[in-house]
Amino acid sequence: MKPSPSEIAQHFANALPHCKELNMRMDLLEDARAIMSMPYDKRLIGDPETGVIHGGAVSALMDSCGGASVFMHPENASASVTLDLRIDYMRPAKPGERISAESHCFHVTRNVAFVRVNAWAGDNKDQPVATATGAFSFKHKTKGRV
Amino acid sequence: MRQKSEPMQVIKERRDGALLRLVEAVPYISFMGISFDRRGDELTATMAYSDMLIGNPTVPAIHGGATAAFLETTAIIELAWADIWAKIEGEKLSGAEIAALPLPSLPKTIDFTTDYLSVGHPRDVYARARINRSGRRYASVHVEAWQDNRSKLVGQATGHFLMLSKNG
Repeated sequence: MKPSPSEIAQHFANALPHCKELNMRMDLLEDARAIMSMPYDKRLIGDPETGVIHGGAVSALMDSCGGASVFMHPENASASVTLDLRIDYMRPAKPGERISAESHCFHVTRNVAFVRVNAWAGDNKDQPVATATGAFSFKHKTKGRV
Repeated sequence: MRQKSEPMQVIKERRDGALLRLVEAVPYISFMGISFDRRGDELTATMAYSDMLIGNPTVPAIHGGATAAFLETTAIIELAWADIWAKIEGEKLSGAEIAALPLPSLPKTIDFTTDYLSVGHPRDVYARARINRSGRRYASVHVEAWQDNRSKLVGQATGHFLMLSKNG
């Protein structure tokens, strides 16, 4: 039986040690979509001049969120791994602000899932700090594996 | 006139001092357990294994985001290091002179593409970066990460960076 969204949320945010270490939180889970966020944390500073968080921490959030949206795809039959993820950095996230990521798994084939992810800081959802596109491994429920 | 060569200890102090200063300035690098070994100007990064790097506890495997972060950090430090190397070697700075320098401006990531090639096992990961192009404003860097075998990569990445230090 498929776990409920709240069980999945629990799993992603708490059972995955790296996500837990970064204090990630699952904010939304629905068909092929996920929103995750993490608080500003001084340990994650990548630029000591400005106090801006390292791009790597944003990668971890976007990768996790991408994986969650793949997991939530209605045709998903199994856990996925990231095949590739490209991140474009639009602007620095303002120090002190929470960073959120929203992912949509917009297409799946028998073996591959494709995602788009947007990340923003604070409430400025219309001004992304980063966007990403990724491909994940995928096991289709009905089409079967080639 | 032939210049008298410097004692090895002075050279090592300058190079290791400048590298340590660069790396220690960034909190995220120590948070991730990343350190750098130097042979001449060549750097090898190590991400020391710790349980908090795990993304999937059932396999168990290192989180893809942690691998990407490690690759990106390696690329950024390689670029900053190349810049610093030119300066400290050109001017033959002493350890004390390096300690008095302002911290270098780090390159800003424009985009970064990570290619996941195999599962990151729960042990140390190594990486080296190669600067493919470094212009006045933009740089392109390729990075490879491995664990047990240099030829079996865990991941590789290509990124483009904005070089703020060269903008003047």
